[in-house]
Amino acid sequence: MVEAIDQVFVNLKHAVVGWAPPAWQAWVSAGLTVAALMGVFMSLFALVVLLERKGLGRIQNRPGPNRVGPWGLLQPMADFIKMLTKEDVVPAGADRVVHFLAPVAMVAPVLLAYAVLPVGRNMAAVDLDAGVLYFFAVGACIELSVFMAGWAGRNKFALLGAMRAIAQMISYELPLMLAAVPAVMLAGTLSLGGIVEAQAVPAGGWLARWHVLTPWGLAGLALFTIAALAEANRSPFDLPEGESEIVAGHLVEYSGFKYALFFIGEYLGMFAVSGLGITLFLGGWRSPASFLDWVPSYLWFFAKLGGFVALFIWLRGTLPRVRGDQLMALAWKLLVPMALLNIAVAAGWHYSAGWSFAGAWLARWGLGLGILGLGYGALARGLYESQGFGPRVYRFAD
Amino acid sequence: METAFLIVSAITLAGAVAAVSLRNLVHCVLAAAVAFAGLAGVFLTLEAEFVAFAQLLVYVGAVSILMVMALGLTRHVTAPAGARAWAPWTVGVGVALLVLAAVVSAVPAAGGPQPAGSGWVAAVRVMGETLMTRHVVALEVLGLLLTAALIGAGVIALPRRKDEE
Repeated sequence: MVEAIDQVFVNLKHAVVGWAPPAWQAWVSAGLTVAALMGVFMSLFALVVLLERKGLGRIQNRPGPNRVGPWGLLQPMADFIKMLTKEDVVPAGADRVVHFLAPVAMVAPVLLAYAVLPVGRNMAAVDLDAGVLYFFAVGACIELSVFMAGWAGRNKFALLGAMRAIAQMISYELPLMLAAVPAVMLAGTLSLGGIVEAQAVPAGGWLARWHVLTPWGLAGLALFTIAALAEANRSPFDLPEGESEIVAGHLVEYSGFKYALFFIGEYLGMFAVSGLGITLFLGGWRSPASFLDWVPSYLWFFAKLGGFVALFIWLRGTLPRVRGDQLMALAWKLLVPMALLNIAVAAGWHYSAGWSFAGAWLARWGLGLGILGLGYGALARGLYESQGFGPRVYRFAD
Repeated sequence: METAFLIVSAITLAGAVAAVSLRNLVHCVLAAAVAFAGLAGVFLTLEAEFVAFAQLLVYVGAVSILMVMALGLTRHVTAPAGARAWAPWTVGVGVALLVLAAVVSAVPAAGGPQPAGSGWVAAVRVMGETLMTRHVVALEVLGLLLTAALIGAGVIALPRRKDEE
């Protein structure tokens, strides 16, 4: 029974594919997978936009959208209709072709990234041998679309915003990848399915070996989440939007459905990178303990995704936007060295797996956390003293 | 497979031709990115997954962005009007022919194309094992070089101490 509920979507797809004529089966199978992924994540997008507005409203002591439908539930539909019917304004001096292609170049790679994401047991569209690399490869294509959007409008604010966005995405791609390296190293595979497999409950045990339950996994998840926030252009790293100084960055010349496409791309990108974080560190679709295995795998995945999204909304409502130099300093001077140190700690964790004296587990944890803590302390102190971080110095105002 | 190969190679060639013949530098960069992505597609049709993704990551994700950044520092994005000079064209075609000759002469040295179904796969695991055994020194040297460059970039960006100024 548990098995049947867990595999209900997989079996449903197999039934439909089996019913199709043999020559079409490959196409029907691919089409069904794509339709399911698009449907689920687009609905999630609509829901999350509403929840975000509600959540931000609560944080700012106001009710949020509550006019359209019960509890404002139909607000996403109203927004969608508004976006579709809005006039599509293209500036007179714009490069029309590039202006038109930019939103497409934004959304297509984001959708491609979902191909390798295992959202449940047997529920990855394709389990590529180099899945992690594929994910980062398609993610890297987004930066060019941001440049296209910023350049095509012939608007200096748009170009400034695009340059900011590219600098930020390039800088944070590095810690994002370096934070993912330990998980790949210790699982011994680049395939996302294989990484989930490596975090299964060991034979005879009851607690899953999620990577987050190790010192390097904990640090890796923290580094990954910070870098993912910046990659998704989310607050506190939403400088490319910077509505107070450059109005909306590369989005300033977009209206109507083209703008909506950027909006969709940004949110779907956030879900995708959260999904990768879940797969790498939080056991993917696996339950934390064997006695919780009766909960269907896809529910675990989406519960974890919901946790990530809630964290992101909370941070957006709480943290002020960082300054440009702080943004760069954080990536290059803190996150990258910490991620490199984390790789060394992960190697130490791997080679100390054979320790068998009493309290070996405690010693390994202490050693790992100790090295990471010392590294963080030294880096933070050094950066603070060299004025890279810390309170702003007003040179001319005093 | 044949159709896919024809489509991606047509896209790659079209992108490459556009990259050298368009007048607007930004369009050239975007066309070059299309050619890079098409090349990744060609690698995919040859079942070289790892190379394809690395191509996408490095060329579309990094090299074209580098070109965009360089464009940001350039004054004239559109080329001056007038006929194209013939000298750069002949040099370009000559270099392209030289590279083609080098590649073609290198193919037999690499053992030639593998017959289909010979069990030879460019699996990531196989590549990783080869890199970690036969080519481990080169890999380590490259890794060290890249890490040194990375740390160097950070060091250059550090604020100078008072006594250095």
